[in-house]
Amino acid sequence: MTVRELAAQLSLRELAMPDGDREVEGGYTGDLLSWVMGRAQSGDAWITIMSNLNIVAVASLADVACVILAEDVVPEQDVVKTAMAKGVNLLGAKESSFALSAAVAKAVQ
Amino acid sequence: MSTDLSETVRCMTEGLQFHFDVDGDNFTSAGQASVQVKKNLRQLGIPPETIRRVSIAMYEGEINMVIHAGGGTADVYVNESSIVIVLDDTGPGIPNIEQAMQEGFSTAPDTIRSLGFGAGMGLPNMKRYTDEMQIESTVGVGTKITMKVNL
Repeated sequence: MTVRELAAQLSLRELAMPDGDREVEGGYTGDLLSWVMGRAQSGDAWITIMSNLNIVAVASLADVACVILAEDVVPEQDVVKTAMAKGVNLLGAKESSFALSAAVAKAVQ
Repeated sequence: MSTDLSETVRCMTEGLQFHFDVDGDNFTSAGQASVQVKKNLRQLGIPPETIRRVSIAMYEGEINMVIHAGGGTADVYVNESSIVIVLDDTGPGIPNIEQAMQEGFSTAPDTIRSLGFGAGMGLPNMKRYTDEMQIESTVGVGTKITMKVNL
């Protein structure tokens, strides 16, 4: 399933989608950035409530398929701009990290 | 941590080198060097998983230099058999390296923790993602970390 398809299926808000055709292969949920870099896999959908600029670098370096900001967290404008420039897909949702994790797990199975 | 880095030294004398100054004053721009290295390695046709390991290890090191040492330098050496990353700073040094290597041990301030860093995973991740890692640190003088990823 591509990021674009996942966004449509789960009604996720598109904040930046420079690479919507990227395949989502799994998921990882967490807010501690080093923990995410140590545990998330390439191609994961990363679900977090962390919304500072560093998430773009972490997402890019960890090579996740997309970042999903849970609980209606609103990123600063710089985050969206940088995500677009760095090719990082950034989505938003009103659901909790728990609910999103369940939904993503079901969608990518 | 390996102590035999003779091969590493050989690698550093051959092949390509990238040098970066890591700005210690700007936390939000931390990672620029790692992102640039990722791009460079991609252009060199290095396998994606190797690029991922190198760039994460380097990013963790960059973040550490910004949080603890007020910046430093990062050098990346690439040859046919390996990629070597050397991070050098003139920060406060690490008093107890064994303790610093434990997952969860952190001396980062609350401001850094609120940004999602400082979970005590930086050094462990650097070790996790590299094949060899050596830390040389003197309190009050600085820290030099050498990491090697085999190709």
